[in-house]
Amino acid sequence: MTRALTLIRRRLVGSIFVLLIVIIGTFLLLEAAPGDAVDAYIVSTGGDAGMIELLRHRWGLDQSELTRLANYLWALLHLDLGQSVTFSRPIREVIIERLPTTLLLMVSATALSFGLGSALGIYAGARPGSFRDRFLSIGSLALYAVPGFWLGLVLIVVFAVDLRWLPIGGIESLASDKTGFARAADIAVHLVLPVSALGFIYLALYLRMMRAGMAEAWRQDFVLAARARGLSRRRIVLAHVARNALLPLVTMLGLQSAQMLGGSVVIESVFAVPGLGRLAQEAVASRDTPLLLGIILTSAVLVIAINLAVDIAYAFLDPRVGASEAGA
Amino acid sequence: MSPLNRLLRRPEAVAGAFILAVLFAMALSASLLFPSDPQAIAGPALLPSFQDWSLPLGTDRLGRDVLAELFHGARTSLAVGLAAATAALFIGAVVGTLAGFAGGLVDEVLMRITDAFQTVPSFLLALAFVSVVGPSLGIVVAAIALGAWTGPARVARAEVLSIRERDYVAGARVIGMHPMAIAFREVLPNALPPVLALSSVIVAAAILTEAALSFLGLGDPNRVTWGGMIAEGRTVLRTAPFLSIVPGIALVLTVLGIYLAGEGVVETTAVRRSLS
Repeated sequence: MTRALTLIRRRLVGSIFVLLIVIIGTFLLLEAAPGDAVDAYIVSTGGDAGMIELLRHRWGLDQSELTRLANYLWALLHLDLGQSVTFSRPIREVIIERLPTTLLLMVSATALSFGLGSALGIYAGARPGSFRDRFLSIGSLALYAVPGFWLGLVLIVVFAVDLRWLPIGGIESLASDKTGFARAADIAVHLVLPVSALGFIYLALYLRMMRAGMAEAWRQDFVLAARARGLSRRRIVLAHVARNALLPLVTMLGLQSAQMLGGSVVIESVFAVPGLGRLAQEAVASRDTPLLLGIILTSAVLVIAINLAVDIAYAFLDPRVGASEAGA
Repeated sequence: MSPLNRLLRRPEAVAGAFILAVLFAMALSASLLFPSDPQAIAGPALLPSFQDWSLPLGTDRLGRDVLAELFHGARTSLAVGLAAATAALFIGAVVGTLAGFAGGLVDEVLMRITDAFQTVPSFLLALAFVSVVGPSLGIVVAAIALGAWTGPARVARAEVLSIRERDYVAGARVIGMHPMAIAFREVLPNALPPVLALSSVIVAAAILTEAALSFLGLGDPNRVTWGGMIAEGRTVLRTAPFLSIVPGIALVLTVLGIYLAGEGVVETTAVRRSLS
């Protein structure tokens, strides 16, 4: 238990450094962007040269780069991401409003890719080298080659335009006044296509990892021992081979979270889902750099938190992890 | 049996190599077969496929030749994919070698920077970079490389960590070679094979990222890209889904070809290594 706590403490300290580097990176990008907050403000409200001078001074933009970085860090410490010019609202408010939708999309897509991917991986890895193993391996590779946004468009053409089974986009029916269970069902129907487009791409990753892990596990002594004890093949596959191959997939879950967030940008744009990803695209379209960098910072914090949670889960699942890490 | 023969005995690898050969032929012959500007109007708008033999795949919403766009798009995809992957592998190999060979504080700082780059979703990073600096082919390549070098860096570092303890490195130290010379002339070349094994995955990911960027309108506006074609076709998705589907199929085949060929090469060289 203390080993797990040591591990968590070490990861937490490391995360703070990583976050600091990300913040410095976003600050540099903000500096590199043409125009500053005052320019953006003047464009939307109008004003003369004296006004620009006054605002620059008041917002501390006429100070040295290091002072500005310190100001930026100080503001972030108070969770102040600045003002969005496009929305005329604090960036924090806009992001918090959009975050739950993206989280819902990510969690559903992860559940789909992890669940179906590892199940198919077990099915393929149960008989290494068989026809179904080769078929699933090549098939998953083909799926992994599909661009998510294009898969989304194909799904729209087939299921929304031709068959008319599912809505073409959005997160819920407009002005339907649905509440409670009916609203949840409405959102679920709207999520089917975006979740499939996002989830099916990463399914291949879990399938292939599971298969590779099982191929490795088949060669271990404990499988031979299980065979010698006369266990059924089904039991050996599920309780011994698959179980040992499952742990690395848990780590992958954390590492994939950054990819999922990136993928949700295009998927949300294709399906007009009002989440963080679509917000990022809107920020790019309206050249709202502070908003875009606010989204990047939020994503980084999210990814760090998810990886920390995965690490902690892993430390409890596999006592060997804490032992080697804490001792090093 | 030569490595080439062994490679040819894998049907998947042969299929991958064939796809890549067709793709390279398309990219190289684009200017010969379609010398005029692929973004210029070539006929009536939204001409269906297989009707006019001078425009076999028909035209898009603005009357541009789809087949010409497809050929020129292959060129952009391959150029961006290869350039971005080369840059990513180069940065990754250098950073990984420095971190692994120097150790201590240098290692710690470089690896935390690597962590930071892995924490930010690489697509968001590319999006921000292109939108701040402005879309051009070079910037798109840089933006993709910026998010792709971390994997090679980690692999290179792990490999360097095991190589730096070998006898020949100790020998190089004894004869008074400069540490930088040892790192880049003795250690790095030997650490390269596992790093290069990543190249097919990185090229494939770079091509997909480029397509997604141009789909969102952040590609070089002066070049035809498959992602841009898909975005163009999207506006007439109900009436002419063909326009979005064809460049998408080209993308899928390209990426699949790279995976299959890459996997074949890695597996044959792995077999050769374990035999020797």
